Formats: sequence, C-alpha cells, structure tokens
Amino acid sequence: MAQVDTTTNAGQLLAAASGGRRRLGDRVFSRTAVVAAVTILLLLAGVAVFLVSEGLPALTAGASELPEGKTFLDYVAPLAFGTALAALIAAVVAVPLAVGVALFITHVAPPRIASTLGYMVDLLAAIPSIVYGLWGIFVLGPAAVPVLKWLEEKLGWIPLFEGPASVTGRTMLVAGLVLAVMIMPIVSAIAREAFGQTPRKLTEGAQALGATRWETIRMTVLPFGRSSVISGAMLGLGRALGETMAVTIILSVSGAVTFNLIGQANPSTIAANIALDFPESSGLAINALIATGLVLFAITLVTNMGARAIIARQNHE
Amino acid sequence: METDWRRHAKNRLMTGLIAGAFVLAMIPLVSLVYEVTKRGIPGLSLEFFTADARGVVGEGGGAAHAIVGTLVITAVASLISVPIGIMGAIYLNEYGTGRLRRALTFFVDVMTGIPSIVAGLFAYALFELFLGPGIRLGVMGSVALSVLMTPIVIRSAEEVLKIVPNHLREAAYALGTPKWKTIVKVVLPTAFAGLLTGVMIAIARIVGETAPLLVTTGVVDSINSDPFNGRMQNLAVYAYNEYRSPGVFKQAAYDKAWAAALTLIAIVMLLNILARLVYRRCKTEIR
Repeated sequence: MAQVDTTTNAGQLLAAASGGRRRLGDRVFSRTAVVAAVTILLLLAGVAVFLVSEGLPALTAGASELPEGKTFLDYVAPLAFGTALAALIAAVVAVPLAVGVALFITHVAPPRIASTLGYMVDLLAAIPSIVYGLWGIFVLGPAAVPVLKWLEEKLGWIPLFEGPASVTGRTMLVAGLVLAVMIMPIVSAIAREAFGQTPRKLTEGAQALGATRWETIRMTVLPFGRSSVISGAMLGLGRALGETMAVTIILSVSGAVTFNLIGQANPSTIAANIALDFPESSGLAINALIATGLVLFAITLVTNMGARAIIARQNHE
Repeated sequence: METDWRRHAKNRLMTGLIAGAFVLAMIPLVSLVYEVTKRGIPGLSLEFFTADARGVVGEGGGAAHAIVGTLVITAVASLISVPIGIMGAIYLNEYGTGRLRRALTFFVDVMTGIPSIVAGLFAYALFELFLGPGIRLGVMGSVALSVLMTPIVIRSAEEVLKIVPNHLREAAYALGTPKWKTIVKVVLPTAFAGLLTGVMIAIARIVGETAPLLVTTGVVDSINSDPFNGRMQNLAVYAYNEYRSPGVFKQAAYDKAWAAALTLIAIVMLLNILARLVYRRCKTEIR
C-alpha cells in the first residue's frame, strides 16, 4: 500500500515539475479509456433501448394487425415453449457429459496430454453454428432416424417419444442433441477450471486415507466444484436458448405445442423463427419479430445474471 | 473384504464412465471434421474462390462475393471492437475504480451472453431508425458482430494486462515516465502477443456468425466491397442460402454450401492454431 502511494506521489511531483504537457497526455489518455468504458456500457444499453423502441409497436398493436392474427402473447408463447424445450434437452444431455469430460481432463487423463485434450474440447466451441446446422441435417438427422423409430416402438408409452417418428430426423430431439454438442465445451470449460483448483490437501488427504480415484472425486472434487458446475450449466443454458442457426436448419417446425420430441410437427424457437421469417417480413411483422427478440434477450439476461451471481457469491466465499 | 471388492469395482466403473464421456464428446468433433472435409472438397475449385454468382443459373459460379464480404464485414467489426475493447481493458486494469469499474465488469459478463440473433436485431433497429425500413448494409453486420466481439476482446485483454508484472510499471514511473507513456511504451508492448491472441480468438468467434448477418447484410450475388453501400454476402449466409434454396441443381448447390462450410472451418481452425502459437510465445516473453 505504502509503495503505491510513493509511486503516485513521485509521479505527481514529476508531472508538476515538468509543467502541463505531461499531465495533458495523461489526461487525454485516461479520458479515452473512460470513454471506451462508457461506450461499451452505452452499446449494451443501446441493445435494450433499440429493441424496446422497435418492438413496442408490436406490443401495443391489436391482434388483427399482427402476423397470424394473434395477440403478441399468443404469438410468442409457443415460440418461448419451443426455445425452453430445446435448451432444456441440450442442458440435460450436455451437463453430465461436460462434467465427465472435465473430470477426465483434470483427474483421470495423464497430466502430460491434459492440455491438448482440453484444446480439442475447446475446438468444438470454435466451430461455427452454420456448420453444426449442416452437420445436423445431413449427418446426425439421417443417422438418428432408426433410433427415433426404436424409441417410438419401445418407449412410445412415454409422452416424449409418442411418435409417429419422423422419417427425416428433423426433430426436437436431434436439434436438442446438436445444441448439447454446442454448449458442452462451455459448461466443461467452467467445470474444468473449478475441478483443477481443488486443493491438493483435500485430494491427497482422501488418497492417503485409502480412497479410490472415484471416491476421491466424489468426496473432494465434486463438492468443491458444485457451484461452478451449476453456474456453468446456466451459462450453457443461456447459450442454448439463443442459439439460432442449428435449430433453424434442423428443426421441421409447425408451431405445435407438444412434448413429443421425435415427431414431424415441432414447436419453433424464438431465434429460429426470427431467422426464418425476418428476411421476408415487412411492416409490423418486423416489429413483432424484434419484440420476440426482446423477450429472448430478457430470458437470456436473467439466466446469465443468475449464473454470474452464483459465480460472484462463490468467489466471495 | 467383500466391500473392498465392491469399492474397486465401482471405481473402475466410474472411471470407465468418465473416460467414456470424453470419448462420446469427441465423436461429434471427429464426425464433423470428417464429414465437412469429405463433402466440402468436391465443391472447392478455382472458380469457387474467384467467381461470384452473378447471373449464374446453372451449376457454375463461386463464392468470391461471399469471401470478400466476410473479409470486409469482419475487418470493419474488428476496427470497431479492437480499439474499444483494448481501451476498455486498459480502463479496467490501469485506471478503473469504484462504480464504473464494477458496472463495466458486470455488464461485459452480461454482454458475452447476448444471443447473436439479438445483436443482429439491435443493429437492424439502430439503422432502421435513421435509414428507413428494409435497410441492408455491410456495416450493419459489422455493428452487430462488434456487439459480440467487444466483450471477448475486453475479457482476454484484461487477463493479459493483469499478468504484466508490476515492477515494469514501477521501473518506468521511477524514471519519471508519465502513466500514459508507461502504458503505451511498456505495458502494451509487453502484452502485445497476448493481446494479439485475444483478438485472433475473437475474430475466430465472429467470422462464422450467420444469424446476425442474416437480418442485417442481406443477400446478393455479386461482389460488393463497400460496407456503406448496398447488400453484402458472406460465407456463412452463403452456405445457409445454398442449402436453403438450392434451386434446380441441388447437388451443385449443396456442394457449394459444404465448400463454404469447409472454408469457414479452415479459417477458424487456422486462427485458433495461430493464436495458440502466439500465446505460447507471449507466455515465455512475459516471464
């Protein structure tokens, strides 16, 4: 603390001694930094403000003026349902997988190759969503068709697999699985960081007491990383909620509200609906789409802020 | 004795499951790279990189207009995001105090979670207000992408500035160097490789974005390199359109979509590998 004070004092003395020129340089530079900081905040505020201003006409318009002749709430509700369903499938599949991957890299794989393995997982996050979309519809979808058929035959009594099974694979289940692949690296990266920071005295203590590797993981690593996994899962969920292209390409949409994950009629998602309809829309339909974007923004904002709050509380502890 | 056997069996089972999770997670990566390479190569040709699609009705035509568009849109987005992001990081690390600093840290985190399509809608709403409905410009796409890129740049730049040793700053102060000159001549050069890594990762993240450009830059068949005038194609939207409206020559269009996807993956991987190499050098330099 004292050291910092001396340097600032010395700096001030020197600045005073050499006149205003030096102080002007400092002033200009620090102002520029503040302006950049404020610009970033304004950018974020701008996103909210412009979405509200362009979405508002649709929020206040009557049902007859809006697309499909529905009130805005009736228009957005099925989309919000589809968004939540797809993201939920993704999270349910991705989170356990991500925890497994993170454990493998931090506590099972030989330390020598761990960083390379981590890099490979990160590559999954770098692949553009359009590529995931094409892969989903041309590769995973067709490959999933027999599985969907099997699910319908054997597990058809569960409403999720009611069928009739799609013959193209363009179903909610396949879209959710592709989303899972896309968010897994995000969840895994956060879990990896937390697992890697498990205090050595805990893991080594457990091993010294004769615990097996799994017992060590279960009793020290997992409890230590629990809140990180939760916040990582929420961040992944937020990403899945807003993911556009993969769902746009893969899902065959009908606007139906159904829990049937393997059929041909699927609810669309907010993001996919915007991508599909926006290029061909005009007038109030554009405002309606922007308003649905606002709803999506609000949903992801709440999810992300929840995740950040968990991280912040954990850092505090 | 019996419980011991069970404990070890359980250990083996769970270790196997954990390793299985990793193998399972790698299957999509391997399949993706394999399929995109296999399906993308037939569409790659000299024509793909040199010709546009203007007036093309048959199987020919290329993606030169999309490649030019991707370069221009990404370059303009970087021109917006990199200075703001790095100055923002300098603010956070060198100047920031109190509420503005806390607000910036928090909202940069929030910004990383903005769905890309929402960034696109924001850019559309912004430009529509001034230029009227139905507007499509290359620069609109750049603005949308900069919403996604800025938080990535600022995050990584802040991390790098943090690891620049304090004794370098103190040595500069001791020589009477003003703070701004210390930052420009000492801190930034030391952190340069790390900053470059962050920028490359950020570019890799946005270069393949489709959704925000779908609603802002429009669709066009010929080369346009002016971001302030007229519609602009890019590789990701090109791939989407070739898939979505393949026309009569379906296979040719699909080939082009896969070729564009392969080109995108190649760009992204190249940026990531370069970034990793640069980062390695940065780490040894700082120490």
